[in-house]
Amino acid sequence: MHDKVDVLIIGSGASGAAVAWSLAETKMRILCLEQGDWVKPTDYPTNGRDWEARLFGDFAINPNRRARETDYPINNGTSPIHVVNFNGVGGSTIMYTAHYPRLHPSDFRVKTLDGVADDWPVDYQTLEPFFAENDRMMGVSGLAGDPAYPLHHPPMPPLPLGKSGARFGKALNKLGWHWWPSDSAIATTDYDGRAACINLGHCTPGCAQGAKASTDITYWPHAIRAGVELRTRCRVREIVTDDSGLASGVIYYDAEGEEHFQPAEMVIVACNGVGTPRLMLNSISARFPNGIANSSGLVGRNLMLHPFALTYGYVEEPLDGNRGPPLNLWSQEFYETDPRRDFVRGYTLQLHRGTGTIVEAITSTIHGRLPWGEDHHRVYRQLMNHRLGMSTITEDLPEEHNRVTLDPVLKDSNGIPAPRIDYTMSDNTKKMMAHGVARSKEILEAAGASNFGVEAPILNGGWHLMGTARMGTDPERSVVNEWGRCHDVKNLFIVDGSIWVTSGGVNPTSTIQALALYIADTIKQRLSSATLFD
Amino acid sequence: MSLSDTELSDLRAFVGTMIPASARYGMPGADDDLIFADIVKNIGRDLDDVRTALGRLAGIAKLDPVRRLETANAFRAEGGPTLVAIARVILLCYYRDDRVMRSLGQEPRPPFPKGHVVEQGDWSLLDPVKARKPFWRSAS
Repeated sequence: MHDKVDVLIIGSGASGAAVAWSLAETKMRILCLEQGDWVKPTDYPTNGRDWEARLFGDFAINPNRRARETDYPINNGTSPIHVVNFNGVGGSTIMYTAHYPRLHPSDFRVKTLDGVADDWPVDYQTLEPFFAENDRMMGVSGLAGDPAYPLHHPPMPPLPLGKSGARFGKALNKLGWHWWPSDSAIATTDYDGRAACINLGHCTPGCAQGAKASTDITYWPHAIRAGVELRTRCRVREIVTDDSGLASGVIYYDAEGEEHFQPAEMVIVACNGVGTPRLMLNSISARFPNGIANSSGLVGRNLMLHPFALTYGYVEEPLDGNRGPPLNLWSQEFYETDPRRDFVRGYTLQLHRGTGTIVEAITSTIHGRLPWGEDHHRVYRQLMNHRLGMSTITEDLPEEHNRVTLDPVLKDSNGIPAPRIDYTMSDNTKKMMAHGVARSKEILEAAGASNFGVEAPILNGGWHLMGTARMGTDPERSVVNEWGRCHDVKNLFIVDGSIWVTSGGVNPTSTIQALALYIADTIKQRLSSATLFD
Repeated sequence: MSLSDTELSDLRAFVGTMIPASARYGMPGADDDLIFADIVKNIGRDLDDVRTALGRLAGIAKLDPVRRLETANAFRAEGGPTLVAIARVILLCYYRDDRVMRSLGQEPRPPFPKGHVVEQGDWSLLDPVKARKPFWRSAS
């Protein structure tokens, strides 16, 4: 039996770290339980000659492939998109590209503006100060003045344009379409104890330089110095409730598999859009036979994944290859709804640099572009460092049949039922994706590329996990209220991407963290006014 | 469990067919002693798939070079996860060999700590976009 804490946070990733840091100033006793380990910078692949190969081993993005002790298996069912994540201090910010756009104002009002899905109970304006605070904490590079966004000021200058960026810029100017240097959570100058980016180029599986903002090196050092306890290798099995229906703590397993009960005054769940519904559905009691806080039946439903399409081609001039962060520009030309199209809402185009030598060889082999035999070497030289690529991030509208449930057979190493994903792409998304691929080819052609390749959707593209415990004011149509508190359990909060009402068409980390800071701020205000559990 | 001598023989014939040595480009073949040893060492979690693939390629070591390539390409045309697994382990070992990297004009080193230089580029390209009026939709 452990001492009771005031606040128990489950998960140390993007949102858990932000909420821990924000609440630390209350001087409450705050504990975060994380199922994974700290990852040392010296462990990251870019330290060794096998840096690219480890993307297919212990730093694979798919947890089923990676299969670390700290991972849990996921049954991707018949989903055309597989869930990817990372489990450790920093969560999936360890293993992301740090492409860091915010949702747009219109994303919070899709029902009002476009007559689809639902409006959010919060808006861009409400979140704006938290976006700015989060940009400061994470350390964001970019350029103020993007006409696709309300004016904001990233604290560091943008990532370099490079050869590929210049190609894209010229092509998009020729077409008269929008492009802009991305907001990116990568330090382009020394920042808050982190060294500036030196273009290691293999950002996704962790940054040995520490330039990429993962929360283990941004929020956590500040939160721990402020008194928050972070306990690793603690895998939570279930949230426990007392006779009054309030959360009383959690049961977790330590690294040796020993079971513990950790009591708490309040519980905050930050386990991502798959891990959170999995935990809630595993938290069954007489009061909550279908999972905790699930009177709406919506826990696990409305899963949104942002189906990605990858489109690429090859130019004659050698480009940047995998040197430099892989994403440094975006186009929002097709982001907002256009009634002339056969779909509602829109998408972001991410403009890429190239790939590493191994990824180029493997993908070109799989897609039949790279011959075997005598001609292998000649063709490979035409491909390596000549690739120009881009991806379409489609807005995924919520549909209740897209969901996370508990697999009846598959379990993790502690015997906890694993998540199962049932997901199909809607016709709207398919049309949007086709539009994005067609526009991508136009851009690539304008950039002088040929020999196109397309992967649509990207199989291992389930990076963005949203919607499975949505927020709203109606307890019958949502799981949490407008400030993240569960309708059914008044001392249980959710702060990760699960609470998103709609997905927008951008990478979600910036907005997930701004929303977590907003919820933490509301918690602090309500603590002051003694209305937190009203 | 490791591969049998027969399986190793077929694997070596297959990798040498897939990526043969090239005097023109100064490239070793994937059946080079060092590279092949690296491939065998790194099969690891793909052992089952590699073994399945070798079952479909059984006897390739006994064929002449022309028939080997025909057999390899027929296997490739079938596709599937076993193709992906065996091709991946071969390629990720081949394309990190020092001689291969040098021949491709790449420095045989890890990215950290030296990093790379990426040119800033001509930011004046952005001027037409800067001149554009804001086009985000107001939600109020």
